[in-house]
Amino acid sequence: MAETIAELTVPAGASALRRSPAAQLAEAFEAASAATAAAGAQRAVAVREIPFLVQLGLRAVPGSQGAAAVEAALGAPLPTGHAGTTAGGGFTVLWIGPDEFLAVGDESPENFTSDRGPAEAARVASALGEAGARTPGGVVDLSANRTTFELTGPGARLVLEKGVSFDLHPRAFAVGQAIVTSLDHVPVLVWKTGEDAFRVLPRASFADHVGRWLIDAMREFAAPEVP
Amino acid sequence: MLLITCPNCGPRDETEFHYGGQAHVAYPENPSELNDAEWAKYLFYRENTKGLFAERWVHTAGCRKWFNALRDTVTYEFKSVYTGAAPAAPAGTASATSTNGGQQ
Repeated sequence: MAETIAELTVPAGASALRRSPAAQLAEAFEAASAATAAAGAQRAVAVREIPFLVQLGLRAVPGSQGAAAVEAALGAPLPTGHAGTTAGGGFTVLWIGPDEFLAVGDESPENFTSDRGPAEAARVASALGEAGARTPGGVVDLSANRTTFELTGPGARLVLEKGVSFDLHPRAFAVGQAIVTSLDHVPVLVWKTGEDAFRVLPRASFADHVGRWLIDAMREFAAPEVP
Repeated sequence: MLLITCPNCGPRDETEFHYGGQAHVAYPENPSELNDAEWAKYLFYRENTKGLFAERWVHTAGCRKWFNALRDTVTYEFKSVYTGAAPAAPAGTASATSTNGGQQ
């Protein structure tokens, strides 16, 4: 096992001892991506895992004192409604529910150190005040809760549409939007980061299943399109 | 497949939701003063309406919030959705939900 781990590419700044939930799929991802690319550019899709992204679970009622404190500490306003995201301070804040948000760190190297999540959570939480006199709201380090898969390429939406019932067409799902939904009955976040780029965030315990599901869903695009 | 409009998230597949039974079942004001029959009635007795029915739903796979919906139990059509904080079912529907042999 040790050899397998050592072969994987570890993001700069991350400890070599950390093992991401879908690390065992890295080679399969590469092979599946290459196979779709070899079959033509029209439906090519590349998948990879972005491990160890810092994630903070935020609970605050928008407009409240707690929300203002979190926004100030985070450096980003909270999104105002369904599918909304906001960016700032090295985070993108995803709307999960009316009073629940997920701040996802960007891919800068300092964000991959293993103590980054707890440190950031403690920093933002301190803005809510001391224990005993705390403004209503909550900040929890959820970095290990979900892993991130990134699908890029013209076929990315076609792959996701096999398992997501939400309308992912650009007319209904714009770049920068993120939703909480199910992918093949697995609860995931689907986040559109570019015209042909989606991030799928399943919980760590579902990472292997979702990763293999994505590989399976991509197999169709490794063959010429049937007219 | 029903398409249910979550008040927070908009139209989503039925599979993302869970059903929570009849809406607007008030908790007894003095639970300790109820006898067993009255308590059982509060816990277990529900309308079995044919027609418009106010019921609870939760968007389990989405925003995880509870809301109320007014659904026609014959056609399955959702007439309206509203949150618990909003006023109860629109005027006229309260009687509609209890015309079919209510407990009162």
